[in-house]
Amino acid sequence: MATKAFQKIYTKITAITKATCSLKADGIGNDELATIDGKLAQVVKIMGNDITLQVFEGTEGIPTNAEVIFLGKTPSLKVSDQLAGRFFNAFGSPIDGGPEVEGVEVEIGGPSVNPVRRKQPSELIATGIAGIDLNNTLVSGQKIPFFADPNQPYNQVMANVALRAEADKIILGGMGLTNDDYLYFKNVFNNAGVLDRIVSFVNTTENPPVERLLIPDMALTAAEYFAVEKNEKVLVLLTDMTLYADALAIVSNRMDQIPSKDSMPGSLYSDLAKIYEKAVQFPEGGSITIIAVTTLSGGDITHAIPDNTGYITEGQLYLRYDSDIGKVIVDPFRSLSRLKQLVAGKKTREDHPQVMNAAVRLYADAANAKTKLENGFDLTDYDERSLAFAKDYSDKILAIDVNINTTQMLDIAWELFAKHFKPEEVNIRQSLVEKYWKQTSYE
Amino acid sequence: MTTKGTVKGIIANLVTVAVDGPVAQNEICYISLDGTRLMAEVIKVTGDNVFVQVFESTRGLKVGNLVEFTGHMLEVTLGPGLLSRNYDGLQNDLDKLTGVFLKRGEYNFPLDEEKLWAFKPLAKVGDKVQAASWLGEVDENHQSHKIMVPFVMQGEYTIKSIVAAGEYKIKDTIAVITDEEGNDHNINMIQKWPVKKAITAYTEKPRPFKLLETGVRIIDTLNPIVEGGTGFIPGAFGTGKTVLQHAISKQAEADIVIMAACGERANEVVEIFMEFPKLEDPHTGRKLMERTIIIANTSNMPVASREASVYTAMTIAEYYRSMGLRVLLMADSTSRWAQALREMSNRMEELPGQDAFPMDLSAIIGTFYSRAGYVYLNNGSTGSITFIGTVSPAGGNLKEPVTEGTKKAARCFYALEQSRADRKRYPAVNPIESYSKYIEYPEFEDYINTKVEGNWIKKVNEMKTLLQRGKEVQEQINILGDDGVPVNYHETFWKSEVIDFVILQQDAFDKVDAVCPLERQEFMLNLVMDICKHDYDFDNFLNVMDYFKKIINICKQMNYSEFHSEQFEKYLKELKTVLAEKQIKTEK
Ligand SMILES: Nc1ncnc2c1ncn2[C@@H]1O[C@H](COP(=O)(O)OP(=O)(O)OP(=O)(O)O)[C@@H](O)[C@H]1O
Ligand SMILES: [Mg+2]
Repeated sequence: MATKAFQKIYTKITAITKATCSLKADGIGNDELATIDGKLAQVVKIMGNDITLQVFEGTEGIPTNAEVIFLGKTPSLKVSDQLAGRFFNAFGSPIDGGPEVEGVEVEIGGPSVNPVRRKQPSELIATGIAGIDLNNTLVSGQKIPFFADPNQPYNQVMANVALRAEADKIILGGMGLTNDDYLYFKNVFNNAGVLDRIVSFVNTTENPPVERLLIPDMALTAAEYFAVEKNEKVLVLLTDMTLYADALAIVSNRMDQIPSKDSMPGSLYSDLAKIYEKAVQFPEGGSITIIAVTTLSGGDITHAIPDNTGYITEGQLYLRYDSDIGKVIVDPFRSLSRLKQLVAGKKTREDHPQVMNAAVRLYADAANAKTKLENGFDLTDYDERSLAFAKDYSDKILAIDVNINTTQMLDIAWELFAKHFKPEEVNIRQSLVEKYWKQTSYE
Repeated sequence: MTTKGTVKGIIANLVTVAVDGPVAQNEICYISLDGTRLMAEVIKVTGDNVFVQVFESTRGLKVGNLVEFTGHMLEVTLGPGLLSRNYDGLQNDLDKLTGVFLKRGEYNFPLDEEKLWAFKPLAKVGDKVQAASWLGEVDENHQSHKIMVPFVMQGEYTIKSIVAAGEYKIKDTIAVITDEEGNDHNINMIQKWPVKKAITAYTEKPRPFKLLETGVRIIDTLNPIVEGGTGFIPGAFGTGKTVLQHAISKQAEADIVIMAACGERANEVVEIFMEFPKLEDPHTGRKLMERTIIIANTSNMPVASREASVYTAMTIAEYYRSMGLRVLLMADSTSRWAQALREMSNRMEELPGQDAFPMDLSAIIGTFYSRAGYVYLNNGSTGSITFIGTVSPAGGNLKEPVTEGTKKAARCFYALEQSRADRKRYPAVNPIESYSKYIEYPEFEDYINTKVEGNWIKKVNEMKTLLQRGKEVQEQINILGDDGVPVNYHETFWKSEVIDFVILQQDAFDKVDAVCPLERQEFMLNLVMDICKHDYDFDNFLNVMDYFKKIINICKQMNYSEFHSEQFEKYLKELKTVLAEKQIKTEK
């Protein structure tokens, strides 16, 4: 990087740890960027003229006489329409061999939207996946993660959702992506012929983990450009946020902060909230919707990362392998879209809310019956029927390979009710039962 | 002369300042940065080094930036015109801020200085007055907003002059009062108060005893909260804390509702912005927004002002309580406030307590909850602050410092249960673990027996016993199998299911079911208890389930119908017929 007149250069580092370098310097701003031996670093602590910087790539090989150049700015991204169709690294530099983007340079991790300037999300995002659209309807301006075990096909589901969602722009923030997954996304977007609607910021497993910390803010800064300046509907995909949080923990440990639960920094909630709260519906029509992935370790959702995420996001989608039908399903028990009531029954058919709740209740009855069965008890006729219902429901509604519209989903649900139950067993408002109960009734 | 200082060190929003004069703990100061001024609060002093927490991002801050101290603690401005406003945690009026994004260093005056208020004097020349005495009133959204002697004024004063009824602005002098030394003080309609100090201008704080009707059956019937009471709602994410709090805030019989969105989602606040101006207060028929104040410090707003936000909300609540009003204060979530304390304490390298929270967390929570309460004011009228906070326990485990600290402080415990939420049994309040201590107060029992009906508490306790029995029996059925137990075990279990489905569960999103007035709660409780007290004629357990499912279904239809509507009566009749089929005539 060429040095410029205003840049301050130092060559005497006083302390080096795994992630940080310290030196004496004057007139340095908090959060300011610098390069140390060509590696990007950011000011994290100032005490008099003692400056501590976090080195994103790690400090391996940095000598005490390394050249430290302060850049007089905080991390930033040049935004313009030229971002579309491009692939960048965590620093916003192209990795697709294309030219640098020209545009307005904006600081990443910028300010929050004034809550009174937000609009209430109200536009349904149809994915065709009934486990999502029927039970956990997504709304533009929402933020929601997939909670998934590392071996589940979350990136595939997310790519499907992204392609069907009819977004103006899809922004991929990849953190610790395997090279294979990176190429997978690239291929899928390419094959769908939508590359011009996609912007990607990618940190792969081959890049230093701490660099990941910049990815969400880079992706969201690009998203804000399209949503605010162009009033576009932007969908941001962040995968995998667990690897992001791990990087936060690495940094805070190296800075000797007192860890709280699961060795995570005490500020994890605020750190994650700053990212997810960038999801917004603007009054002018633009919106940012965030769909993320949080991988679980051993299915443990009480771990600090999924736990804090759950408290921030507007619901979560669980993927689970259902051995009865041999497919991955969207688990109706722990999955939840908090915003679904804004559209369910309003943008969809009136019976949507009651049908979705009734179906899940009946599915729960089947789970009870299953427990009975496992404990070696006889099943009642109702138990048998609920088990049969559950299997149908899993296959026709919950499986991630389902691709139909919500009216079809509702019709299928009524069909399954009628096939397996009596009207009084489904606990749905009488007027709806009268209107939608299928004639092919059980009995 | 005010104290000045310069920045010496920066770690995130903790800034060390070298000062040239005296500073006070919790004093507010402003740090200059490129033409803006960032507000900060003193949180520790060692020698000439003062540690301040900045209420904003410190990006770009440098050593040597100038700091100016104000000589006062974090204060709120109190006066007519607070109602219907949306403030941030530092009482900035969010609607007055320009631009889509929040700019740091932008602060504003929280009230309207130009608005004319129709003032009516309530006191006259020569009256002896003291802090919080009512001098006059203005009409604020159809409620009497008292103009009081400022809370900071100590001792006794005599009214020297007071303006006649008429229209005045908040900064106009409406009275002159003279202290014991003969000095005159001009009083206008606004006053300031430091948020971290409780306003204690009342004579007595007796045990609260009046039911605060919320329209939520599992609260009013089972675990009632009272005017001036305290309660908390712990629950893992997604178990329904916010929905329950919103329901209470819409329906509760309160004069003023203050909602502190403390470190939670912005979209949830937007929901209030959207709904409250349209929805009606079920008790007065006026728009909900007219009685509501929102303090929005959402999770993406600065952490330090999140900590301040609950105090800002509580102080405004105390102000309205001093007017003799019933205030309902809600904070969602107090865990975020505790986390803000933790972040700061860690940065200060204080000795950490459990889960790295500050050692004195429990005391801080206790002090805060104790600011709620039912009080007798100096003039004999009463006022109350009912406080309900949510708690977001890490990992959903209630054995963590915030839940445990709050349990010591709050008198009602509404524990949300993951498995109930998973099975969509909303509100997911665990009927066995939850409690209201007020139910044990004899003064509450007296009150409720006249307000609802005699023997009410006894009836409610009977119902709780049936729920408990139902749970025990269910466990046995699970162990021994459906036909491994006598048929009447199934009957017991299904009776508890009737209570669960008809009384406990309530659909917050159904127009009719969402609000259940006390009269209707009484009717339904009697109906359900009547069902439960009878014996039934079953020869095998399969019939038990089918039969009670039918009953549950009819009762649910009743819950979805307007009370005593034609439809409601139709279902009631149907229910009676179905009951007659199997009920054995003798009542237990
Ligand atoms: N009484 C109710 N009736 C119907 N649905 C409910 C009810 N309570 C909660 N829900 C459902 O549960 C979802 C989550 O509720 P809520 O947002 O109140 O959870 P929370 O406990 O506040 O979670 P968090 O800690 O993450 O903020 C709602 O979006 C709604 O779908
Ligand atoms: Mg909530």
